[in-house]
Amino acid sequence: MQELVDNLILRWGHDPASWPITQGVYLVAMLLVGMALTTFGAIFAGLLSWWERRIAARMQSRIGPNRVGPGGLLQFLADALKLIGKEDLIPSESDNVLFRIAPYFVMTGFVLTFVVLPFGYRLSPTYMNVGLFYVVSITALIVVGILISGWASNSKWSLFGGIRAAAQVVSYEIPSGMVILVPIIMAGSLNLHDIIRAQGGAPWDWFMFQTPMGYAAFFIFFISLLAEGNRTPFDLPEAESELVSGYNTEYSGMRFAYFFTAEWGGLWVMSALLTTCFLGGWQVPGVSMETLTRWEAANAVPWWFYIGSAAVFVIKVLALVNVIVWIRWTFPRIRVDQMMTLCWKYLVPIGMGLVLLEAFTEILSFRIFGEAAKGQAKLGSPRDILHFAFFVIAGVLPLAAFFMKTFRNIQLTGDRVDLSNW
Amino acid sequence: MALDQLIVTKFGTDAEHEMILNMGPQHPSTHGVINFVVQADGEVMKKAVPQVGYLHRAIEKIGEIVTYPGFMPYTDRIDYLAAMFANEGYALAVEKLLGLQVPPRAQYLRAISCELNRIASHLISLGTMAMDIGAVTPFPYALRERESINDLLEALCGARLTYNYHRIGGVAFDMPEDWMPLCRKWLDHFEKILNEWDRLISFNEIFVERLAGMGTIPAEMAVNYGLVGPNLRASGVDFDLRRDEPYGAYPDFKFMIPIGTAYAGKHRGGQVGDCYDRFYCRVLECRESLLIVRQALDKFPDGEFMAKVPRKIKPEVGEAQSRIEAARGEMAYYVVSDGGERAYRVRARTGSFLAMGIIEDLSRGLMIADLVALIASLDVVAPEIDR
Amino acid sequence: MPGLTFEQIHQRLVEKFGDAVGPLSPPKKDPFCVFAAPRLGEICRFLKDDPALYFDFLEDLTATDHPKENLIRVVYHFYSYRHRHLFIAKVELDRKDPQVDSLEPLWKAANWMEREVFDLFGVTFRGHSDLRRILMPDDWVGNPLRKDYTESGGYRGISNVRDNPLDLYLNMDRQVRAEQAAAQSPEAAAPPAVAPKAEG
Repeated sequence: MQELVDNLILRWGHDPASWPITQGVYLVAMLLVGMALTTFGAIFAGLLSWWERRIAARMQSRIGPNRVGPGGLLQFLADALKLIGKEDLIPSESDNVLFRIAPYFVMTGFVLTFVVLPFGYRLSPTYMNVGLFYVVSITALIVVGILISGWASNSKWSLFGGIRAAAQVVSYEIPSGMVILVPIIMAGSLNLHDIIRAQGGAPWDWFMFQTPMGYAAFFIFFISLLAEGNRTPFDLPEAESELVSGYNTEYSGMRFAYFFTAEWGGLWVMSALLTTCFLGGWQVPGVSMETLTRWEAANAVPWWFYIGSAAVFVIKVLALVNVIVWIRWTFPRIRVDQMMTLCWKYLVPIGMGLVLLEAFTEILSFRIFGEAAKGQAKLGSPRDILHFAFFVIAGVLPLAAFFMKTFRNIQLTGDRVDLSNW
Repeated sequence: MALDQLIVTKFGTDAEHEMILNMGPQHPSTHGVINFVVQADGEVMKKAVPQVGYLHRAIEKIGEIVTYPGFMPYTDRIDYLAAMFANEGYALAVEKLLGLQVPPRAQYLRAISCELNRIASHLISLGTMAMDIGAVTPFPYALRERESINDLLEALCGARLTYNYHRIGGVAFDMPEDWMPLCRKWLDHFEKILNEWDRLISFNEIFVERLAGMGTIPAEMAVNYGLVGPNLRASGVDFDLRRDEPYGAYPDFKFMIPIGTAYAGKHRGGQVGDCYDRFYCRVLECRESLLIVRQALDKFPDGEFMAKVPRKIKPEVGEAQSRIEAARGEMAYYVVSDGGERAYRVRARTGSFLAMGIIEDLSRGLMIADLVALIASLDVVAPEIDR
Repeated sequence: MPGLTFEQIHQRLVEKFGDAVGPLSPPKKDPFCVFAAPRLGEICRFLKDDPALYFDFLEDLTATDHPKENLIRVVYHFYSYRHRHLFIAKVELDRKDPQVDSLEPLWKAANWMEREVFDLFGVTFRGHSDLRRILMPDDWVGNPLRKDYTESGGYRGISNVRDNPLDLYLNMDRQVRAEQAAAQSPEAAAPPAVAPKAEG
């Protein structure tokens, strides 16, 4: 982004290095970009709430919001207006300062992750060398906010929610941090853009299908991210049927909207991380590193490539978001001790094993194939064939079986598959 | 304050180191208005003391004030989710006092309406149990099927929830002409939906793990504490009033009685009488009720739907007890007559009342999430407890 | 083993306990017999443990109030799952101070049912582990299911009487009409009989 601002200053006829108000322009640019990202996060959270409510309703034989705006699309604006206009209620026995600042911790932790997420080819505000590490550590601010809100509400039930959330999120940082080493080893860098570049356009060149370790790592990372985002089946901190709303029971109005935005917007962050690390980021066949090499060498990347890559990224992220929403409305929630057992007794050892195996495989691959194991394989090379075989066995066949089973289940209840009933 | 005295008497002096929480009376997952005072050491409970009475409406006292036929709408409110059974129990007790014989068509109508109501009540119970465990989707599925039952029963008797359909001597209305084919069509549809229900939630790994081996009630404990109905059968006791002490039209029907056999499976820690058994027994009971309604529709007799009953019901001095297999267990009515128009004493002993008594003794060592699952699996509803 | 009839059960009890077991009432729709209150515990233990009787389910425990005979009768319904037979027994207690042994050590089902009888009738059960009110609030005064129970005019400041809403509405209506008539009478000379019709 700095290059962009420098180019702009040059166009205005000044030299960025010597112009006295360069820093001022940088500051203004940062503020603008920050506001844009926050707006994007908030609007995405709102639209996602609409999407989730429609999906949940259709899954439950009912309709969901469909009055406000075309198909209920503006429902989230109506909700936001209502929440802003609500009375600012603070429980009388609560800790004044802590109660007020808790939502800001959560919002900060959420919004700051947008700084490194790649929206497309070279479309992210910063180009951090330690991008992945930064994201994993900055999301830890969220649990601080949750714990503060649970304590400050001065209600035993909220405290329950806050403590459960702290235990859960802190526990699942371990397997998520461990298993993210797998794509890092495969790519050789912590930079999110490099990780994307190390994958290829075709699906069997994505990290998820390159090795079985990548495949397993995808699922473990998926589970850990669900747990970190307090999504079902890990939504014990806000278990509606036990704690009414857990740590944010006492919050109403705009403060509740902050928690709400952070949770729903966090789905974007989760899905973006998964897409970047395992599903090839903004690459598909045709909009990928292979087609890019010629243009990059000539420093003449066409304008439609940027937009195309952004579109691909958005589509992939939305697909994953959809899966997360789907899971929420299908599965029950697991209990605290089962959640802890899953994390410490299963995911952590498996994660460790995956990292070791992946490191071993990298070295082996170097020895066998002679080339660096990372990056997409040359078309037709033995490595490429291995990837394709694994992709078919582990990706295409299970998906096809799943869809066939779903259609059969629908027929067994005497119903038909009918998408026109939206 | 009553709560302080309760804490001192029930929880002892180490209550200073643990949390005393109030779960309820307004709570999304206690089934109705019930309060639990929970002494919890973190998530693990030491004791959960139920406090009931928030929904006490003095129905038994009202039974002494209104006439015998006039009490029938009040029986609906004893358990509004399975109101047909409450109606039938009271009608059977008063008919015993009067020595009335109910015509067969009325008995069949009673059986059909009761079994449909059993399915509706079980759907609510299963749906809310799934919702308490966290799976929100099965509940609207159950409600959707229950809407069809409500429509059928509304065509039959005019009401969707508190039916007031049975009368002393028979039923209030006859079956409408086109009701039978509609009912059959719905029964065929519902059979497939039950399979879908199993695929959706009954065999879901997370669901079974939450419930297997939890809140196990051995058979002797269940009998001693007076559990009835699906709770008793899930603990392994093979007893069902419809088969063993039959009343009404039930001797004409052939059906199975689902008994708890650790349906969760040994590999998941399932035991006979755990929460999953109670859940799955109710699912199987829905299937059996389906069969009963089909048989009743096939064998439906002609005749009167109401016996000849005197204008003013004045039974002679005496007392009578009737027991019926309601959706939540055996409901026993005990009616004492002193020869007048109004009963001397009406008593309705419900299954949920006894089921609440077992929660305090089972709650030691459970987690709060488990308490929610336990209450849901015992299928208690506040109106039955408090009357 | 087929279940025993009421007469056979009664016979067996009379053989064991003699006088403590009263005669079987004539079968006025449901025969019962009256036990002597002091020996209730041992009779019930026999009912529960004897292999031929084996009443393992305490089906119902309730009471009836008879102020004319100055008695409160506690009614017990026993049922046996093994033999599928039923028995009904009663205990007659003095209405001034009704006390009887608790059956909780034998059947835990008696726990809550005896609490309910304690709450609604005022019968004390000796040996009960936790005898306190269950359906009424803890500081309620009186036993509601007794025949001579009268409400004490409110609970903790909440009144239990109110005016008939129809009367309230009629009063309000009359008042409003009177005010409007008073406002109009200085101006118009209309006789009051016409005024209600004009404002209707």
